[in-house]
Amino acid sequence: MGKIKDILSPFTAWGNVVKEPVTIKKPIGREAAPRYRGFHKNDIDTCIGCGTCEVICENEAIDLVPVDGIETKDGDSGLRPMIDYGRCCWCALCVDVCTTGSLTLSNEYTWVSEDPDEFRFIPGVDKKSWDDNEKGWKKPEPNYEFYGKKRVEMPELHAEDRDKSFIEFVTGYSKQQAEEEADRCVECGICTATCPAHMGIPEYIKAIRNDDLEEGLRILYETNPLPEICGRICTHKCEDVCSVGHNGDPISIRWLKRYIADQNPSEKYKEILNAENIENNGKKVAIIGSGPSGLSAAYYLALTGYECTIFEKLPEAGGMMRYGIPEYRLPYDQIDKDINYILSLGVDIKYNVNIGTDITLDKLKKDYDAVFAGTGLHLGRSTRIPGSDHENVYFATDLLREISLGNEIHVSEKIVVIGGGNVAMDITRSLARLQNNKFGKVNVTATSLESEDIMPADREEVVEAREEKAIIDPGWGPTSIEIENGKIKGLHVQKCLSVFDESGRFNPKFDESNTKFFEADMIVESIGQGMDVEYISEEIREQIEFDQRGRIQVNDYFQTGAKWLFIGGDIIQGPDVIHGIANGHKAAIGIDKFINQNG
Amino acid sequence: MNNLFNWEPDRSKYPTVKDNGELDVDLSSHKFTKLWVGPNHPGITGNMAVEITISGDEIVQAKTHVGYLHRGFEKLIERRLFIQGFPTCIRMCVAEPDYNEYILSKSIEDLSGIEIPEMAEWLRTLALEMARLQSLLRTVPGQGGTFSLGLGVQWGMYLRDLISDRFEELTGARIYHMYILPGGVRGLLPDGFKARMEENLKLIDQFVINIKKLMFDNVIFKKRAIGVGVIKKEWVDQFGIVGPNARAVGISRDIRKDYPYLKYQELDFEPPIAKNGDIFARSTVRYQELIQTVDLIRQIMAKMPEKGDIKSPTPNVLHWKIAKGETYIRSESSRGEYGMYYVTDGSDKPRRINLRGPSYNHAMSLLEHMLINANISDVHAIMVSLQTCPPEIER
Repeated sequence: MGKIKDILSPFTAWGNVVKEPVTIKKPIGREAAPRYRGFHKNDIDTCIGCGTCEVICENEAIDLVPVDGIETKDGDSGLRPMIDYGRCCWCALCVDVCTTGSLTLSNEYTWVSEDPDEFRFIPGVDKKSWDDNEKGWKKPEPNYEFYGKKRVEMPELHAEDRDKSFIEFVTGYSKQQAEEEADRCVECGICTATCPAHMGIPEYIKAIRNDDLEEGLRILYETNPLPEICGRICTHKCEDVCSVGHNGDPISIRWLKRYIADQNPSEKYKEILNAENIENNGKKVAIIGSGPSGLSAAYYLALTGYECTIFEKLPEAGGMMRYGIPEYRLPYDQIDKDINYILSLGVDIKYNVNIGTDITLDKLKKDYDAVFAGTGLHLGRSTRIPGSDHENVYFATDLLREISLGNEIHVSEKIVVIGGGNVAMDITRSLARLQNNKFGKVNVTATSLESEDIMPADREEVVEAREEKAIIDPGWGPTSIEIENGKIKGLHVQKCLSVFDESGRFNPKFDESNTKFFEADMIVESIGQGMDVEYISEEIREQIEFDQRGRIQVNDYFQTGAKWLFIGGDIIQGPDVIHGIANGHKAAIGIDKFINQNG
Repeated sequence: MNNLFNWEPDRSKYPTVKDNGELDVDLSSHKFTKLWVGPNHPGITGNMAVEITISGDEIVQAKTHVGYLHRGFEKLIERRLFIQGFPTCIRMCVAEPDYNEYILSKSIEDLSGIEIPEMAEWLRTLALEMARLQSLLRTVPGQGGTFSLGLGVQWGMYLRDLISDRFEELTGARIYHMYILPGGVRGLLPDGFKARMEENLKLIDQFVINIKKLMFDNVIFKKRAIGVGVIKKEWVDQFGIVGPNARAVGISRDIRKDYPYLKYQELDFEPPIAKNGDIFARSTVRYQELIQTVDLIRQIMAKMPEKGDIKSPTPNVLHWKIAKGETYIRSESSRGEYGMYYVTDGSDKPRRINLRGPSYNHAMSLLEHMLINANISDVHAIMVSLQTCPPEIER
């Protein structure tokens, strides 16, 4: 019986004859799922050409190539990914790792072309039929990351623990914290291109990951002989362009640099940096000013065997790094660590020597083979508003210098600082500390032309100043200082509507009806600094080129028209430490060329 | 008349056994013929070949040949970053990419001490069961196909395509899903996924009834499958037979039960077993598994949470280094134990990986054994009944 069933049963399949077929009539044109991994798209305006897609691609199907119309600039390599569909496997790892989120896949999956070259194309540049297709694979959500998006918090003293003291309040990363932070780096090198000194940032971050801090130090010193200093107060243009910062926090490049420098003991520097036997080449270079540019030039010249002498006007070396930046941001012993290493290479410093009065520039020209001048911007600029000539109106740079020299400065109960840059924040926070010690409370207000969003100071400076109970009230232009019976009553300001005009020039516009009065008995001006180049004699000046605004013109190696004289640092570029370091390095190369090749 | 149908060749005379115990297979004697089945043959799944020596239409000797699709997957993965391994590993068994993804990811997670979120565990379980379903929809009727019963294959392929549709919306691809990666998975269920899946499962419920009538209650299928390609019980341990092939001789061997992983402990199922160890028994076991997989997918969809994290934080994938260590991770694929031995040496690439695929034991040593004395027309049937996947032999 069973056998008969087994013979008949298969025939039940004939029932399908009367059913609708399930075949798709038009298989071509069927739309893929919304998440389908189809052909590549790239938003080239968002893309920065960081190349992480190229690195992660296991088939090496992606190459970063230059594209017409896209210029290399800070934060953009100028390259864009080109994809080879002969190699691609559509795994979409490139999409998942993309730092800016510009790379996606459409859900289109059929494409016919007779031209084999078309299968190697630059998405977003070479037009394709799927460019406007909004569907397709995008980076999955939520919490789907290929690298850490959040930066490791830097341990700091709380505001109440630091607001009376000049002790350094940023305590530095531990090994674990540094390695965790270093792990987030995608090694794109966008930072290196932007850094004025072109530091090997991905390489030294890699050294941290490998726990090879000696190698890290070697990489730092290739381009920057002041890592302890830069590791604390660099303006970190690298972090502004960090590709990881596009969809998360940028890597704490500055703190990682500090970590390497902090962890290497100064006594081992010479051994680590292989600088124990430098041959003297018998040539002499004079350097005016022991700021970042002068020290940097001295370091790289000394390494090549030059005998360098630095002439410093003040009693200690460091220039603005020592006399312009408060100790709580940059402790003096850390400045000394960097400078002492440079001095240990045979660089000589003559302190308290004022070029122009103690020794003339002409004398230096005679005694030395070349001269580098990095004398910086030490002259305060005034707002020149009515009342600004009062004795209790100070320049920030003067006050900061006096504090560093250990001299007592005038501190009153109510202070207004005019300015919104880092110097303004430095003096504001220094004065807040001094007020706290003297009066037990803080009453200092900083006001700037620029509104909060375009204040030139680092964001963290503003935040930390507020934590220390200073008042930051940006967006006001000072009009006059009210003086009654010879005493300052306060500062009148009017609302600033815009600082720059349409062509980007400094041309502030004010709303005169919207005014405000800041009570104060002391006012500090911090609106920029000027250079003092009196030491350059008329005769030499005639050989140097100046532009219309009186700025000194130099060539790529910071050489002036007077071939033996090189000028760099804040006078030429910046003002900041890292530009000074870069200038000094480049000038050292220029000086070497000048002396050896008479170039 | 009876003699005509029950005729058995007289194999007592040849091949004769030589003094040293070897068979005397002398081709010049004209009693034997060499025949290659594959590598390009519709009856061979994937690219491999069986070299058989026949006497009449009976097989005297058999030898499996592989090497037709060797791409060196293990070496390719050993020369790439950890994250770059997973687009390569899936090619080691195209039919069920998810098991490759799972064992590779789990190995990396195991060695770096990463726990994945619960949601990701459920999604992984779902993906693995969907892969089993997709595979069985091809294999169960495929056994009929080896006996020229092509209709069931058509039905199965249609349903398999529907599951591919579900894979497409879940993972972004139909074949190379690349869904399970170190740390988790690459997406939550899309909106309406469960309803669409349920529709497909209902069709499969009907298919299960139809295929029984077409194939299992079919006198021809029974005639050709029962008693053919028998695996003896003692071979199971000798040859390292796993999965449905072992279960078809009455040995309950299933990684999901023996070494529970992912969410299988929370699911209610008992792996089906059969006794006879012939093609019919193996087909029946797979048929029961198909029914069970449908049930498992329903259970998973009912029990899994609606939302949750899909991926645990991992070190930066571009320079992820894993300390020195080794691990062996196993999972139960539709063919049996599918494992990976993974060694790391502290660098950013694996030191050695080795895939343990069931096909290696089944199609190399076991198949050569089983084919002796089989009829030439049963070669494909026996091979398919072992559910061979050649790429995993020569990964």
